[in-house]
Amino acid sequence: MTTSFQLNGKPAAFDGDPETPLLWVLRDHLGLTGTKYGCGVAQCGACTVHLDGKNRRSCVTPVGMVAGKAVTTIEGVAGKTAEAVKAAWVAIDVPQCGFCQSGQVMSAIGLLTAKPRPSDTDIDNAMAGNICRCATYVRIRQAIKDAAGVKGARA
Amino acid sequence: MKGRGMNPRNLGFAALAVSAVALPAAVVASGQSVPPATLQPASTFASIADPGARSAAIFTEMGKVLTHPRCLNCHPRTDRPTQGDAMALHEPPVTRGNAKGEGAPGLQCSTCHGPRNVAFANGTGSIPGHPLWHLAPASMAWQGKSLREICEQLKDRTRNGGKTLAQIHEHNASDTLVGWGWNPGPGRTPAPGTQAQFGALTKAWIDSGAKCPA
Amino acid sequence: MTAVANRRAFLAGTGGLTIGLTLPLGGARAQAMSAPLQPNAFVRVGTDGLVTVIHKHVEFGQGPATGVTTIIADEMDAAWDQMRIAFAPANDPLYKNLAFGTMGVGGSSAIRESWMQMRMAGAAARAMLVEAAAKRWGVPASAVSVANGVVSSGKRKAGFGELAADAAVLPVPQNPTLKTPDKFVYIGKTFAKVDSKPKTDGSALFTQDVRLPGMVHAAVRRPPAFGATVKKVEAGAAKAIPGVIDVKPIPSGVAVYARDTWAAQRGAAALEVDWDLSKAETRSSAQMFAEYSAAARTPGRQVEASGDAAAALAAAARKIDATFYFPFLAHGPMETMDYVIAKKGEGIAVHAGSQFQVGEMRAICGVAGVPFEKSELIQHYAGGSFGRRATPVMFDGTEAAACARAYGFAAPVKVVASRENDLTGGYYRPMTVHRVQAGLDGAGSIAGWDQVIVAKSIMKGTPFEAMGIKDGVDGNMVEGANDTSQYKIGNFRLGQHLMDTKVPVLWWRSVGHTHTAFVKETVIDELLTMAGQDPVDGRLALLKHERAAGVLRKAAEISGFGKRAVKKGRALGVAVHESFDSYVAQVAEVSVGADGLPKVHKVWCAVDCGIAVNPDIIRAQMEGGIGYGLGHALYGEITLGEGGQVQETNFDKYRSLRIGEMPDVEVAIIDSQEKPTGVGEPGVPPIAPAVANAWRKLTGKAVRRLPFAHGDNS
Repeated sequence: MTTSFQLNGKPAAFDGDPETPLLWVLRDHLGLTGTKYGCGVAQCGACTVHLDGKNRRSCVTPVGMVAGKAVTTIEGVAGKTAEAVKAAWVAIDVPQCGFCQSGQVMSAIGLLTAKPRPSDTDIDNAMAGNICRCATYVRIRQAIKDAAGVKGARA
Repeated sequence: MKGRGMNPRNLGFAALAVSAVALPAAVVASGQSVPPATLQPASTFASIADPGARSAAIFTEMGKVLTHPRCLNCHPRTDRPTQGDAMALHEPPVTRGNAKGEGAPGLQCSTCHGPRNVAFANGTGSIPGHPLWHLAPASMAWQGKSLREICEQLKDRTRNGGKTLAQIHEHNASDTLVGWGWNPGPGRTPAPGTQAQFGALTKAWIDSGAKCPA
Repeated sequence: MTAVANRRAFLAGTGGLTIGLTLPLGGARAQAMSAPLQPNAFVRVGTDGLVTVIHKHVEFGQGPATGVTTIIADEMDAAWDQMRIAFAPANDPLYKNLAFGTMGVGGSSAIRESWMQMRMAGAAARAMLVEAAAKRWGVPASAVSVANGVVSSGKRKAGFGELAADAAVLPVPQNPTLKTPDKFVYIGKTFAKVDSKPKTDGSALFTQDVRLPGMVHAAVRRPPAFGATVKKVEAGAAKAIPGVIDVKPIPSGVAVYARDTWAAQRGAAALEVDWDLSKAETRSSAQMFAEYSAAARTPGRQVEASGDAAAALAAAARKIDATFYFPFLAHGPMETMDYVIAKKGEGIAVHAGSQFQVGEMRAICGVAGVPFEKSELIQHYAGGSFGRRATPVMFDGTEAAACARAYGFAAPVKVVASRENDLTGGYYRPMTVHRVQAGLDGAGSIAGWDQVIVAKSIMKGTPFEAMGIKDGVDGNMVEGANDTSQYKIGNFRLGQHLMDTKVPVLWWRSVGHTHTAFVKETVIDELLTMAGQDPVDGRLALLKHERAAGVLRKAAEISGFGKRAVKKGRALGVAVHESFDSYVAQVAEVSVGADGLPKVHKVWCAVDCGIAVNPDIIRAQMEGGIGYGLGHALYGEITLGEGGQVQETNFDKYRSLRIGEMPDVEVAIIDSQEKPTGVGEPGVPPIAPAVANAWRKLTGKAVRRLPFAHGDNS
């Protein structure tokens, strides 16, 4: 069975069980490996993609659910917000091991798309689903603020 | 502090909840099916002569559903739901977000919960889903409340979303998000009985005067 | 966030050194192979002017790839944007860790062990380029200078690439002149890490991302208890899953091969396995804690003693008698253990993020039944380790080799551990119990200290046993507690019990210091309180080492410890500890959180790690070490339930620190000319006791059991 969807702005198709999680369709079948497996149960956020422009955990998204929809991965995410987030990430060297960072970056872009000038609480709430075992959280927070042009320290 | 999540035993209606939640954790965790808890039909209470007492008894039976983890988890007292049969605090730590209870910008319910349940590859559970997955409004918080308080709240149009009793019946009998409680996916105990039985009990409760238990 | 502000100011001031080193590793490898100038195993200079550093250590986030690049670029006077990085092959003669004698890294040793070697490597390359230029221009070498990748003499200038071929035919200087520290241009400065960009845009290649033609995906069903084995497998249901190709028994369980990871994982779950539990560890954590704490009440093997602790304690005016409980902890690297193994000629090609490259390759080849000499390791970025990739018994690599061999090497086999296998699979920080009896004399001075540590040895029964266990004393278990040089305590005794369990245990970020620092720093804090002394001044009076005192004074200074009013409902706690030859002190500002657990608002951290090669990496490691240590102090616990089954199967139960729980962190780096020492681990030990000491101030409760979420604290 073939599932068709938009992937990074181009048509894509997967021939196989529509229950296959989007994560594994991207990684094992379509060769887009920037989206990572970290837990498989929507706990860690390493697999975050954008589905019709909003954050979505691809590990719990059967590919059949995205039929006809637009999927954006770290490889294809673009635009002013995306570029600002990525530049901010590199400028202050956020990554350590780096494995979770695709998901962190995608979640951050999703946050700023929905809320361009987030408060610290907004950042905490939006990024709560993305685990970084290296605990780069201090810099993730700072990079999001830098990308958004938001200043100020936490209370 | 272990298991700081809401535990039904702390909620003041232990007797009601026990049948539904006192399952061996191993059984639930393994994803095996468990014998479903049942609901008694309204006719069971026909012998109660006093209409008020009968109505309250019917509501108490409804309470097996209302206070079941399937319902309570998303009727939290705070802005953070609980999850699972043990009603542990939701991980990851999500929050109510907008007025519709759809989660925070960037981490909405729909970031993880899809339009239907999705089984995990590990064979031990699933992530629940429904097209309208969201938290009940704060005015409808049930966690930590007695069954009487829940009953009063349910009838109070200032707190129940402006619903008439007829609309409450409609909601309990037909709403598909409510109905999810009986089809919660692997790794979760369904609410007792069936939605049809719950609807019938609701109707009987309303017809008998919609009285609340003491 | 002064750290970042400083860094941003620096970037602004230099016109933005934000060039990422974007050449993919494959490209860097290819460039390195064909480079004409190869003065040693670590430096390659191509005719295109690119300098490739062959990095001998695994890079899993602590920044050594940037660190060695910094050192080599500095000695070469290269331009930062001409530097590239590639990972070394498995070759001990060329790439051994000088402290270990084999390839590998651990104990925060990457920069410590290679500091001089990398400086020599860079200086040799520079000297050859200088000599080549001198010959070409007919001037003495002393008239040639190098700056920012340009070799010059008077008005004549040449890039490294133009000189590479000439330089390549010159003899390699054996003792090149090294820079004096005042000439350093990169060391001690802050600039872009070599891997930030590819790790931000998703292009960095991890083993999990390797795809080879015809590759199959394997998942392993492991036993439900440690030491259990397969009795019988019913594979029908697994094989019926679309995409599942085959099922094979292997020593560690049963392997399922499939066309994608999802089918493999579902297949593994669908196997019906009859397990032989007769030799399995069936005790629960609770039972083991009970046995350990009983043992802690007996003296155990003496590790060290001075004076007469027993007599001093008998005569003490006031005493503490406390038993401390530390659970098993999983490392939980974001990238679970994974390998891709393919047949290659008479040997195999192994893709991995290997921490012990040669030892692991030898073990993998042994299980695969192929010669090591004919096989190749292709090293990739690794998504975290925290110790997990350093299994002395090479469990994960050999499991992957068994998967590939059982498949007959019919196709490349990729083995990715599920998170469930990662968390329930053992190789934990050992469960540990301490008992401490300590007392004050009538004058409020510490009269005596008697401590017994009970745990399973990490190194016993492994190739590291001879190195790590001396006279029956396990160095990892007592490190940080045996070192009486940390505090002046006259009457001291330390004992140790080695326990046995089938639960495999392993080094976990900062190893023994994870528990010894907690006990030392909470007990000393309590004793100082009993004696009516200030936690900082009291420690300063007792600390033996000036560098420890230095970081403590610094942390106190930047946090305003004892010098400023703290917000209502908050308290400051302090701890100082030496580990891996580095000194770290931390002050934590803590309140009681809404969930009844400590809420840590900010941590001030002072670190003395000798010469600060990359100050921003040091800051990052302190931030990360604090977050890692705090997350586990709050939530981390692997629990064996009834029958020995691990209860925490994924991150919903094995809770990780999340962003909202991360404190702000301010780091001060002590200016030092000592040789550089570790930073990957030393940030971890002080945070838990600093928080516990604040917690005792806030609540009056001394913390005897971690994690905080476990409760039961006195």
